[in-house]
Amino acid sequence: MWKNYLRIVLLTGLVGSVCFISPGSFSLPIHPARPDSLNWPKTFGFGKPAAAQQIARLDTDVRPDGKGLPSGSGTARRGKTIYAAKCASCHGATGVEGPNDQLVIVQGLTDPATKAKNKVIGNYWPYATTVFDYIKRAMPFNQPGSLTNQEVYSLTAFLLHANGLIKETDIINAQTLPKVLMPNRDSFVPDDRLNTPAVR
Amino acid sequence: MIEQNKDEGAPGPRKMHRRTLLGGMATAAVVLAQTANGKTFQAGVTRSELVYPEDPTKVPGVPPGTVGTRSPHVKLAKLPSETSSRTPLQDLFGTITPSDLHFERHHNGVPAIDPAQYELVIHGMVARPMTFTLADLKRFPSVSRICFLECSGNYRSQDDGKIAPQQICGLTSQSEWTGVKLSTLFREVGVDPKSTWFLAEGGDSAVMTRSILTSKGWEDAILAYAQNGEAVRPEQGYPVRLLLPGWEGNANVKWLRRLELSDQPYHTRQETSKYTEAIGDGKVRQFSFVMDARSIITYPAYPAKVEKGWIEIRGIAWSGRGKIARVEVSVDAGKTWQPAELQEPVLDKAHVAFRYLWQWNGQPTEIMSRAIDETGYSQPTLKELMAARGGNMGYHLNPITAWYLQSDGQVLFKAT
Repeated sequence: MWKNYLRIVLLTGLVGSVCFISPGSFSLPIHPARPDSLNWPKTFGFGKPAAAQQIARLDTDVRPDGKGLPSGSGTARRGKTIYAAKCASCHGATGVEGPNDQLVIVQGLTDPATKAKNKVIGNYWPYATTVFDYIKRAMPFNQPGSLTNQEVYSLTAFLLHANGLIKETDIINAQTLPKVLMPNRDSFVPDDRLNTPAVR
Repeated sequence: MIEQNKDEGAPGPRKMHRRTLLGGMATAAVVLAQTANGKTFQAGVTRSELVYPEDPTKVPGVPPGTVGTRSPHVKLAKLPSETSSRTPLQDLFGTITPSDLHFERHHNGVPAIDPAQYELVIHGMVARPMTFTLADLKRFPSVSRICFLECSGNYRSQDDGKIAPQQICGLTSQSEWTGVKLSTLFREVGVDPKSTWFLAEGGDSAVMTRSILTSKGWEDAILAYAQNGEAVRPEQGYPVRLLLPGWEGNANVKWLRRLELSDQPYHTRQETSKYTEAIGDGKVRQFSFVMDARSIITYPAYPAKVEKGWIEIRGIAWSGRGKIARVEVSVDAGKTWQPAELQEPVLDKAHVAFRYLWQWNGQPTEIMSRAIDETGYSQPTLKELMAARGGNMGYHLNPITAWYLQSDGQVLFKAT
């Protein structure tokens, strides 16, 4: 299991140093057949097959490799207008003022408390695809799920540009979004606590 | 139909005697109570509106009711903020959290879900993509277990020390959960052995999503539809929630509507920008699911004021790694430690109650507890935790909590 996880981690470039962790130190076994289920029927036959349409209606999630991204595209310029109309009242005119979550990086901060809060898309989030996924499913807060794919692409582009990650004219779509490099991606490491009683 | 009428107060001849008798008793109680406080009782007899007679042995009491109530003397309340609501740990006894006092944390409110319309979809790397109604889920072999559920952002402090266990770590609660093992459903849909992760999605307006290790699903995950003997409360995920014993609360997705089996994590917003913690050297720990061992003394604790003499120090301890092996108490600011008594049964990944009998001489001192679990992990001080994480605070803070006893008996929080 953890071998798989480590392989995935390495493939996605999450962290290079993970290869120093011994896979043998993790113990998360798979139990395909539990002793208490040995005399169970192969299936109980409860429930019904999920219709493809039902799955498609719910399955809007987006993976870092781009799986799940819909058709459509957007630009930062178009996103700017949508942001002003639907997002600025909570996140501030430029994405830093609030009152709710700061979205855009502020450069050159020195005060430790302010710096600690400055964990935003541009300097903390490891994958650009998460921006699309989250806006699509949960934003705007008072009208969640109301944005079209075009609007979500444009807002994603606007936020990536505001964070200095893409150019204003870049087109964001299913092909380009997974390729946006996020500066903090290599900082993320998997849980290293469980193979030792030491405090970590 | 005739039977139904009887129960609604129009009894047929055969049940007349019993019903009339009960009705007569109830009426008598109300009439007698009216003498003492007519207006209140005409509005409806509820225990909270009772006025106490001089001698309760001299008047009949309130007749049986449909739903029990707390004594009007017991004021128990969660402490809500905009995003969460905290369990009053200092006001509770034993280890089961009353369901209405279980902590809340959600990301855009509690949804109203019609159980008749509820469906859970399981798809992705499975042989048979399926949907299950609530009734379907209840037909499968069931399981119950008692375990804690704790938010991984569960540490607060305050410089003046005027902060109760509820504020410090009230985002932990314990219930007996009943439902169907996720492994039972994995089996039913034929999960691909190559699946390593699955996405769990809620049906709230945050459409909350987390990536979970498929191995946890095979190991001990439960789709819970009941909590402490009744349906799961709306705030806890009615009608169905994911329960991952020992794992951070956020991953225990509530109002569960979809599971998608996959061979990689999704890196959702919750598991990237939120439930991750800086651990020094520019590194950020991700997918840190397991809750480390922790304990807190819940008595004496702020806002309590105590007198010198015998004090039973009481608290709870728990670990997401397994069972609590022992709890140690210090009454001299951490210089020496003594074993506390653990209340049986000590359950896996569950709050356990501990107690330590102590005679306080009235001199100012600090008392504190530390939990040690069966893996040998020992609950650290805040300084030790921060040192291990490059000076950072954040999620998964489980420090020893100290209480300072002033000479006047006032108990105040102190960070370690």
